Amino acid sequence: MDIHEYQAKELLSRFGVAVPRGGLAYSPEQAVYRANEIGGSKWAVKAQIHSGARGKAGGIKLCRSDNDIEEAAESLLGKRLVTVQTGPTGKLVSRLYIEEATDIDKEIYLSFVMDRAAERIVVVASAAGGMDIEEISHNRPDTLIKVQVDPAVGMQGFQAREVAFGLGIEPDLIAKMERTILGAYRAFRDLDATMVEINPLVITKQKNVVALDAKMSFDENALFRRPQIAELRDKSQEDPRETYASDRGLAYVGLDGDIGCIVNGAGLAMATLDMIKLAGGEPANFLDIGGGASPERVTKSFKAVLRDKNVRAILVNVFAGINRCDWVAKGVVDAVKELEIKMPIVVRLAGTNVEEGRRIIDTSGLTVISAETLADAANKAVAAAKSAA
Amino acid sequence: MAIFINENTPILIQGFTGRIGTFHAQEMIDYGSNVVGGVTPGKGGSTHLGRPVFNTVKGAVQETGAEASIVFVPPPFAADAIMEAADAGIKYCVCITDGIPAQDMIRVKRYMRRYKKEQRMILTGPNCAGTISPGKAMLGIMPGHIYMPGRVGIVGRSGTLGYEAAAQLKDLGIGVSTSVGIGGDPINGSSHRDILEHFENDPETDAVLMIGEIGGPQEAEAGQWAKANMKKPVVAYIAGLSAPKGRRMGHAGAIVSAFGESAAEKVEILKNCGVTIAPTPSEMGATIAKVLQARKAA
Repeated sequence: MDIHEYQAKELLSRFGVAVPRGGLAYSPEQAVYRANEIGGSKWAVKAQIHSGARGKAGGIKLCRSDNDIEEAAESLLGKRLVTVQTGPTGKLVSRLYIEEATDIDKEIYLSFVMDRAAERIVVVASAAGGMDIEEISHNRPDTLIKVQVDPAVGMQGFQAREVAFGLGIEPDLIAKMERTILGAYRAFRDLDATMVEINPLVITKQKNVVALDAKMSFDENALFRRPQIAELRDKSQEDPRETYASDRGLAYVGLDGDIGCIVNGAGLAMATLDMIKLAGGEPANFLDIGGGASPERVTKSFKAVLRDKNVRAILVNVFAGINRCDWVAKGVVDAVKELEIKMPIVVRLAGTNVEEGRRIIDTSGLTVISAETLADAANKAVAAAKSAA
Repeated sequence: MAIFINENTPILIQGFTGRIGTFHAQEMIDYGSNVVGGVTPGKGGSTHLGRPVFNTVKGAVQETGAEASIVFVPPPFAADAIMEAADAGIKYCVCITDGIPAQDMIRVKRYMRRYKKEQRMILTGPNCAGTISPGKAMLGIMPGHIYMPGRVGIVGRSGTLGYEAAAQLKDLGIGVSTSVGIGGDPINGSSHRDILEHFENDPETDAVLMIGEIGGPQEAEAGQWAKANMKKPVVAYIAGLSAPKGRRMGHAGAIVSAFGESAAEKVEILKNCGVTIAPTPSEMGATIAKVLQARKAA
């Protein structure tokens, strides 16, 4: 789960990471008020969306007067900001963060991620801040510093200093840098983050270490014990198709094609999308209905898939293990009747009681096409979508 | 002899008396697995499904001599249950639980390193369908009847895609020595590589089918290990060719976040390691058949 920059900064500052003074605004008037509250003569008006690369997309504006701020706020609020990370539809800007401008002396890249090979939290830092990590890895790999943290004892001061000295920080700033690195680490660990990225972390002309931008993502499996993090979810930043599905306990990822997919199990669901592509079609979504494929979940899944107006055909692929195919087939038939679905539906069932399941589908009186194998199902779904186009 | 479990392996159910634990314990017993008891803290001394219930894994191991366990404990308590099994001297543990926080798994892995490698419990999962040695024992939640006994080893992240593979093999008259689910989480007990090593050393396995997916370094690592160490042929299928970068595809670990983690890149790496790639998920069985045929001819 992702959160906004201002939320990440609020969390990090509780762990001792210094951030510029700032305030949230929902209207141009509020933006001006916030700037006056902060004081000074230069401010940054920053669009709050779940994406990086906002600056390059025009989502961050430097302002020197009330008028500037009002205009900047006017031009951003209510618009969809398109960055290299958001896709062509962009993301809605409904909140602005107004921040005092910072006099930058030096920009640093600092992040914490889970290293899956080492099975540890790892700190990644580079003196080439301001660029994104892909650019740094590509252009300046020599500047990358990586330090692994032993989960038994957590990050130690010497490790933070190793990073700080490695970045070429002046000796009188090492203590501040150590506090920042350890603070960000503790935020990662204590809040069950999966990523903390401070880019840039700046050294100001006044010799302070300040997080100028901040991104945090969290482990969805740990939200049960982090209610204060779960509250930070902003549904306006999500694909509405995905919000609908995730609110109903379905794992759904929206894609751009026209074949809706309902599959049990994440691996089989990915494989089904692969088969559709190989058969010359384009999947509209990934959907893992879960192991059970109960009638209620089948109905919910159809509803989720049908919210996507690009869908022209639906492929249901269920490998029934403990739950028998006849039970799953009945669920599918009932859902299609209840929802009065008119578009072509291809159903492929496999596993326990498959003959009985297919018989129920074939004798349902519905225009449901049954398929035997994964390849057969994909071919039939692609053909159905093409003829419906 | 298969790997990890056979008809004699004494098995313990952790989270025995809960709804899910009860259901699957009965399925395992019906399959012929040697279930000797279970653990539910606070219910020790009672009997469930005709087997004794214990308060602690240690107590259960002392009384029953259990060597393997399967964890059905809910996510907030699952890491604790795994560490309890490791501490009690369980040799092989399967964790079915889906939804364990990643940092809990980091702690579990670190904790297990306190034991010497030879004495360390082997963990597979979490978030997997378990392990089955067809015709011998089932330590999982899979439909046992789709697996035919035989000599092909299966290792995979996904449950239902593994069923798909087993069913394809059965249709071709090819059986399975053992099928091991390593689960869809980013931090898991055993990697593809770990399981390949067990299959390489198993005299009852002739070839291995590895079912991978996007995300993480484990498939590439397994390919490199196979190239350097394996005499048995390996066939692989990698799911997620159509997955967009940076999106989590159902499994907590199925996300492309670094170079070499996409399906196309993994396929390329595996090919270079001499692994035979099943071009589509509907040809996993046929590709294994082809490899076995070529081996017989050679």
